[in-house]
Amino acid sequence: MTEYYRQYLAVAVLIGAGLVMVGGMLGLGKLVRPTRPQPDKYVTYEAGSDPVGGWGQSNVRYYVYALLFVMFDVEAVFIFPWAVQLQPLTDKYGVQSLVSMIVFIVILTLGLVYAWRKGVLRWA
Amino acid sequence: MIAIAAPRVDWYSIAPVVTLVAAGLIIILFKAIARDRVRTYEPALLIGTIGLTVTAFFLTKQWSVVIDGGPTDSLAHMTALDGFSIFVGVVVVVSAILMLLLSSDYLVARGIQSRPEYVALVLFSAAGMLMMAGANDLIVVFVALEVLSIPLYVLAAYDRTRARSLEAGIKYFVLGAFSSAVLLYGVALTYGATGTTSLVGIQNFLSANVLSHEGTLLAGMVLLLVGLAFKVAAVPFHMWTPDVYEGAPSPVTAFMASATKAAGFAALIRILYTALPQYSADWRQLLFALAVLSLLGGSIGALFQTDLKRLLAYSSIGHAGYILIGVQSGTVKGVQSALVYLFVYAFMTIGAFAVVVALGGRDDLHAISDLRSYGRRRPVLAALLAFFLLAQAGIPPTAGFIAKLAVFSAAAAAHSYGLLIVGVVTSVIAAFFYLRVILTMYAAEDADETIPVDETPVAVGLPLATVLVVCVAMTIWVGVLPSIVIDFARDASLI
Repeated sequence: MTEYYRQYLAVAVLIGAGLVMVGGMLGLGKLVRPTRPQPDKYVTYEAGSDPVGGWGQSNVRYYVYALLFVMFDVEAVFIFPWAVQLQPLTDKYGVQSLVSMIVFIVILTLGLVYAWRKGVLRWA
Repeated sequence: MIAIAAPRVDWYSIAPVVTLVAAGLIIILFKAIARDRVRTYEPALLIGTIGLTVTAFFLTKQWSVVIDGGPTDSLAHMTALDGFSIFVGVVVVVSAILMLLLSSDYLVARGIQSRPEYVALVLFSAAGMLMMAGANDLIVVFVALEVLSIPLYVLAAYDRTRARSLEAGIKYFVLGAFSSAVLLYGVALTYGATGTTSLVGIQNFLSANVLSHEGTLLAGMVLLLVGLAFKVAAVPFHMWTPDVYEGAPSPVTAFMASATKAAGFAALIRILYTALPQYSADWRQLLFALAVLSLLGGSIGALFQTDLKRLLAYSSIGHAGYILIGVQSGTVKGVQSALVYLFVYAFMTIGAFAVVVALGGRDDLHAISDLRSYGRRRPVLAALLAFFLLAQAGIPPTAGFIAKLAVFSAAAAAHSYGLLIVGVVTSVIAAFFYLRVILTMYAAEDADETIPVDETPVAVGLPLATVLVVCVAMTIWVGVLPSIVIDFARDASLI
C-alpha cells in the first residue's frame, strides 16, 4: 500500500468504527430489550394529550413578517459599519460612498413597497 | 483613523449582472405601482427581453475587450472577466431567452396565471448564473449559488395548484439548501487550510507552501465538489433530479437543465483549475468516480422510465457525466470540450423540452406510451422530438456527435482510457432508450388499440415555433460546421 492511499486509511477506519459503534449499540439494544408491542405505544405523544388533526396552529402570515424583519435586520448590519466610517469614506471617494448605500437601501425599500402592494402588511 | 482601501470598481466587467438585476427590479417596481386591472405580464416580458438583449450586447462588447486586452478582474479580485466567464454567460443568456419564449405558450395552455414575477425570477436567476461564471472568490461562488438557486426554487413550484409542481419546489428547496450548507462548509475548511477565499490567492498559497497536514484542505475540496455536483446533477447527488425535472413546469425544467448546469460546471471548473491545480491528482480521482457513476446511473436509470420528462432528467444526469469526462482530463483541451458540450447540450435539451411543451398532455404528465402513433398524428413534432433525441444520443451529423467527440478526444489526450470506455459503452445504452421513444412514436398501431386522446393539445404559436427552429438550426449548424463553436470555446478556455 502506497503512502498516498495510507492517508485515506484513517478515513476508512473512522467510517468503520462509526458503523461498528452505532450498529453495535442499536443491535445490542435490540437483543436485550423486551418487545411487547401495543397500539398506544405508536401514538406520537404516548403520555400526553391525544393528537388532534395533523397541522400546527401557527399562522402562516407570521412567516412573511419574519421575512420582512430579517430584511431590515440585515440592512442594519450593513448600515452600521458604513455609518461609522462615513467620514473617511467621504474624504476618499466623495459622493460615491453615499450613493452606493442609497442604492442598497432603495433596492431593499423596493422589496417593502412590493410587499405592501401585495397586501401582506394588512392583517385581515 | 482606519485607512480603508476600497476596491476599484470596473463597471464594465459587471455590467451584464447589473443589467439583469436592474431589469428584474424594474419589473418588480412596475408590478408594485401598476393598477390591479392593468395587464402586467406582457410589459414584464418586454422589459425582460430588453434586459437580456442588453446583457447579450454587453457580453459581445466584453468579448472584444478580452480578445484585445486579455483577462482582467474587478472588485478586489472578487470577479473575473475572461473568455470563460463570457462563454458561460452566453449559454446562460441564450437559455434564458429561449426559456422565456417557451413560457408564454406553456403558461397560457396550462391555464397558469402569467405573473410578471415569473419573468423577474428568471432574470434574477440568470444574474446569479452570470455572477457564478465570473466568480473568482469562494464567497462570490456561494452568494452566486444562492442568487441563482432561490428564484429557481420558486419557479419550480410556480404551478402552485398542481401538487407535483409544489412537491418539486419543496424537494429542490430542502435538498438545495442542504447542498448549499455543504458547499459553505467546504468554503470554511478551504479558508481554514489556506487562509484565503480568493481562488488565485489559494493557488498562490499552495504553490508557495507545502501543507504538512493537508486533510483540512482535502475535506474542504470534497465538500465543495459535493455542493456543486448537486447543482449539476451528478450521481450520487442526483436524487432530486427526476422528481424536480418531472414536477417543475417544462420551461423551468429546460432552464434548469441548460443554464444551471452551465453555471454549476463554470464554478466547478474555475475552483478546480484556478485554485487547486496542485491537487489535480486528487480531484481527478474524485471526478473519475463522479463521471463513471453519472454515466452509468443516468443511462441505466433512464432505461426504466415510463415518463418522457423523467427520461430526459436521467439523460441530463448522463450528460453531466460526459461533461465531467472533459473536466476530469485536467487540461485546457478538457475545459474546451466541456464548454462545447455545455453550449451544444443547452440547445438539444431546450429543443427536447420545447417539444414536451407542445405535446400538452393532461396534468403535465407525459407517459411514453401516450406517444404511440404520434408520428402519424403530429408528424412535424414527432420528427423534431426524434431529431433532438438522436442529437442527444450523439448521432452524426448533429451537434451531439461533435460534443461527445470533443470530450472523448480530451479524455484520450489525457490518457483516461477507462473513462473513455465507460463513456462509449453508456452512449450505446443511451442510444437504446432514445430509440425506444422514437420507435414508440412510429410504431404501427394495433387494431384493437384506442388512440390516446390529447386532452390539451398545445397550439404551436410563433414563440414556441421560434424556439424549435432556433434549436434545430443550432444543432445542425454546430454538427455540420463545428469549427465556429470549437474555436469560440478554445479562445474562451485559453483567456
